[in-house]
Amino acid sequence: MPWTREQMAERAAKELKDGFYVNLGIGIPTLVANYIPEGVDVTLQSENGMLGMGPFPYEGEEDPDLINAGKQTITELDRTSYFSSAESFAMIRGGHINLAILGAMEVAENGDLANWMIPGKLVKGMGGAMDLVAGVQRVVVVMDHANKAGESKVLKKCTLPLTGKGVVDRIITGLGVLDVVEGGLKIVELADGVTRDEVLAATEATVVG
Amino acid sequence: MANKSYKDADSALDGLLFDGMTIMAGGFGLCGIPENLIEAVKKSGVKELTVISNNAGVDGFGLGVLLNTRQVKKMVSSYVGENKEFERQYLSGELDLEFNPQGTLAERCRAGGAGIPAFYTKTGVGTIVAEGKETREFGGETYVMETALVADLAIVKAWKGDAQGNLVFRKTARNFNPEMAMAGKVCVAEVEEMVPVGELDPDLIHLPGIFVHRIVEGKFEKRIEKVTTRAKESV
Repeated sequence: MPWTREQMAERAAKELKDGFYVNLGIGIPTLVANYIPEGVDVTLQSENGMLGMGPFPYEGEEDPDLINAGKQTITELDRTSYFSSAESFAMIRGGHINLAILGAMEVAENGDLANWMIPGKLVKGMGGAMDLVAGVQRVVVVMDHANKAGESKVLKKCTLPLTGKGVVDRIITGLGVLDVVEGGLKIVELADGVTRDEVLAATEATVVG
Repeated sequence: MANKSYKDADSALDGLLFDGMTIMAGGFGLCGIPENLIEAVKKSGVKELTVISNNAGVDGFGLGVLLNTRQVKKMVSSYVGENKEFERQYLSGELDLEFNPQGTLAERCRAGGAGIPAFYTKTGVGTIVAEGKETREFGGETYVMETALVADLAIVKAWKGDAQGNLVFRKTARNFNPEMAMAGKVCVAEVEEMVPVGELDPDLIHLPGIFVHRIVEGKFEKRIEKVTTRAKESV
């Protein structure tokens, strides 16, 4: 059985290493915060200007001055620091953030990522996604293996406008985990009960290992 | 001693507004936006504005109010999707839009305020953002040149300030406000609380008053865009 959204988030949480500074994108990546392994201490960065993001507040304790990049109310921790947008992206672009976990519309076998724009549809903007993929040390994508029409989102070449070129290191889908390597993608893990053939059949990209 | 304080938002903008001007507005979503100064810009009726701001507000609040009154000709933003009127004006061609990656937008403002006309960044290389822009290799990697932004006017919001223009921000309401304040030819700041000069700890001032030309105390609605909470654990 393919992984559920929660299981994908749980698997993605295994990418977190003790001491990491991490930026989590919107959607399934946000759920990763619920599965941080025991004994692993990570600091979450929110690109609107915060390190050390805490959980949602209790009802009645929301602070309009304290939101995450998804504009949701959140809380601070003992370790929290605040800073301006330019400083925030100095952290991101300057390679100081260890890991970004992001959603995607398409990923290509060379690590190209598309997750911000569908031509002909209303475009909301890239927000901080282009900066994150360009600057963060390691980029892990968490997404469904196929789109709603059943077509593979793991491609030889992205069809949508790119967010970044050759930026993805690892892809986690409902079917398993694939790494971007020389010449294509390498299957490094299969979801429980999913076969290698099923992954190959669902993947348009070249699989080399 | 310089006294930069004004009695209200309207007088703080007196003589600064003209049709076709470029205004930077601090804030991220509805967090840390200069509510009172936006309202004063609306009341002034100034039009054909180019507005540089990370987002475009929501319908009827934040920069959304200037869209409703059709005072904005062009937005420079990184993410806009929270606003139906924005969508309508954009799709009908009434409104121009330039998307900048969020970090590039912040750095363009910082550079503008810091006297740096352009800079190179990895962000956007190989994407449509880099189309038509100069690229250059440094250490074997390709970077794209982005130019600085300077605005005729920056309107920003802080938590506390004094008559010298020194500002302290609060939590994530800081966001674009310091960089935009620096990049305005004139900067008008609104604060929740004006304090006597000398009360702010000089070591803890986030933005030195040199970047702020006028300052006004305002009243704030501080609307929350997305209230998210967790249940209290039962004891």
